[in-house]
Amino acid sequence: MIEIEGVSRRFGDTLAVDDVSLRVEAGTVTALVGASGSGKSTLLRMINRLIEPSAGTVRIDGRDAASVPGEALRRGIGYVIQGYGLFPHWTVSRNVATVPALLGWDRARIARRVDELLRLFDLDPDVYAAKLPHELSGGQQQRVGVARALAAEPKLLLMDEPFGALDPLIRAKAQDDLVALQRRLGITVVLVTHDMEEAIRLGHRIGVMERGRLLQYAPPAELLARPAPGYVERLMGGADRPFQLLSLLTVADARDDGPADVGADVAPVPETLDLRDALGLLLWRGVDSLPVVAADGAPRGRLTLSAVLRRAGRPA
Amino acid sequence: MTASGAAAGRVPRARFPGFDRVGVVPAALAALALALPLVTFKPNRIAAGRGVAFWAALPPAAAAAGGLLLLLIGLAACLRVAPASRLGLALVALAALAGLVGLAPGAVALPGMPYARVSFAAGFWTLLLAFGIMAADGSARLALRPGPRVLLLGAVLLALAGLFASGWWNGLSILKEYAAHRDGFWAEAVTHGGLAFGSLFAALLVGLPLGVACARMPRLRGAALPALNVIQTIPSIAMYGLMMVPLGLLAGAVPFLGALGIRGIGAAPAGLALFLYALLPVVANTAVGLDGVPRDAVEAARGMGMGGARRLRAVELPLAAPVILTGVRIVLVQNIGLVTVAALIGGGGFGTFVFQGTSQAAIDLVLLGAVPTVVLAFTAAVLLDAAAEAAGRTPA
Ligand SMILES: Nc1ncnc2c1ncn2[C@@H]1O[C@H](COP(=O)(O)OP(=O)(O)O)[C@@H](O)[C@H]1O
Ligand SMILES: [Mg+2]
Repeated sequence: MIEIEGVSRRFGDTLAVDDVSLRVEAGTVTALVGASGSGKSTLLRMINRLIEPSAGTVRIDGRDAASVPGEALRRGIGYVIQGYGLFPHWTVSRNVATVPALLGWDRARIARRVDELLRLFDLDPDVYAAKLPHELSGGQQQRVGVARALAAEPKLLLMDEPFGALDPLIRAKAQDDLVALQRRLGITVVLVTHDMEEAIRLGHRIGVMERGRLLQYAPPAELLARPAPGYVERLMGGADRPFQLLSLLTVADARDDGPADVGADVAPVPETLDLRDALGLLLWRGVDSLPVVAADGAPRGRLTLSAVLRRAGRPA
Repeated sequence: MTASGAAAGRVPRARFPGFDRVGVVPAALAALALALPLVTFKPNRIAAGRGVAFWAALPPAAAAAGGLLLLLIGLAACLRVAPASRLGLALVALAALAGLVGLAPGAVALPGMPYARVSFAAGFWTLLLAFGIMAADGSARLALRPGPRVLLLGAVLLALAGLFASGWWNGLSILKEYAAHRDGFWAEAVTHGGLAFGSLFAALLVGLPLGVACARMPRLRGAALPALNVIQTIPSIAMYGLMMVPLGLLAGAVPFLGALGIRGIGAAPAGLALFLYALLPVVANTAVGLDGVPRDAVEAARGMGMGGARRLRAVELPLAAPVILTGVRIVLVQNIGLVTVAALIGGGGFGTFVFQGTSQAAIDLVLLGAVPTVVLAFTAAVLLDAAAEAAGRTPA
């Protein structure tokens, strides 16, 4: 758990972060969104003390971060940046081993951990361990960056626009992988992005920042339903708001037990699919309802167009 | 081949390599050189010499065969031959030239003239230049990797050593000077190397930390680099002169230093001057090399809890190494040349022969000082180029 209380940071005349307080629950993903220069990175970097706050306190699991030496603190927190910052003169495996080596793990343990991580990130050690970063694709470099950040098994992962340099297809895959990884490891993630769609997709909670201030800090559904007046409202008020809302729900949230009035040859939708994609299927096939199945293929009633549309409007 | 030629079908034709414009330079030089005197004949060491043409300086058969070989290789330089052949042919020509010129003393001087001197003349130097250019051109086009380049250099140096050891050139004037100064030669060689490398070492000791500090502190950089730049602009003779005064005073005031050999003249002021010259390339290249380290890498290193010293050693310096080594190369080549001038203030080194030769009007003695200096500088340049390239290519 991270508790940020009344934190500010001043650079000369600019107040980069202005009296921000927020709480990140353990095991959740928090996304910080805002325009460029709004202070997201500065706030993030005050968590691992790459930047010292001018005022306020940051507590990690109840302990004041300022009471821990900066380097020791950072070795215990994963950190991923937009350009990944892989060391170009080190092999993939040596890059991944950076923090364990700093922590003085013995060779065998480091080797085991590197091997395990490369496999976890779908990078065959026999092929990739000895490669240099420039020999990898952008997506592979990104994965090495995350693997390196997780090498010493931190409970907290800070990510500053980690998908910013990826093209859309690979980015979507990388986002899905992060969600799966976070669930599997149960880690706490704080992620900076300027892309609201990414924030909605990944964040359990979203913090919207503007000119150093945290304007609203809420779960995505609440942010969409009840945006704070002013900047957040304008930011969330795009024409695609209904679709954002639908993307937060799954077929399971809207299905009923009635019969689907389509031929038996129509492919069913899985109940884990998000409603935005389900709406796409309904529209594309030109039907009013589709059969629903569970992950194991068992029938789960139907999904009707009207049930989807009811959930796309402004919540009561 | 033109498109229409290809369309017209295959006309059987002798395959003749095309014309290469860059190759014209060495070819023209080689042709010109054969018309110049190959060697100079002097009845004694300091007498006025008489140029002897290529065909007259060699036994007739050697002159004919050698001249033909050199001309043919010069001609080949004008054609579009493969880079490896270009380099290989140039090396063959250089070897032939070295062999041929060794025959000149026997052909030119009479056995009854013990003081006669046969030395290199314009024709020899021009041929050396011509095929040197051709070799450099070929090796540049071949784009050899650092390892093979160093091996090639080693082979050439070994061949040179073999040539001297064989005694084939013993009749030539420069080797007669060597024979007369044999002990001094190696002592000066040690002094020369000691001054060049010692001042480089001292400059690294001071310059690397200073360069790191400059990269970290823009204010310091703004003061230090212009100051070092000014030092670079002081002519070397003036610099040596400047060093003499304070060191002379220092030695007078502190007898202990004088006892250590630190005096206004000699190796101490020379070393100090070289050290000062060496600082700018080391400091500037260290700072520039560190500037070039990817920011993301430094940010990531910090973010993972890598301390300042470790970051510098494990990330920043290795990534800056190619640029720093380029600075070291500049310093070493510059130092090897500047040490020559140090002989003026009694610093020793190969310059001793240059200045002695100048004062005695003995051009062969000048060469005895100049040629090893050039070979040393060339060797240093090739080695450090290769090191810089290797540091940039295959990371640790
Ligand atoms: N090291 C720094 N020195 C001076 N100003 C800075 C520094 N870092 C950030 N700033 C300023 O603080 C503000 C917030 O920057 P940042 O946190 O990087 O924003 P974001 O990540 O949201 O784009 C900007 O106005 C930026 O110029
Ligand atoms: Mg930022």
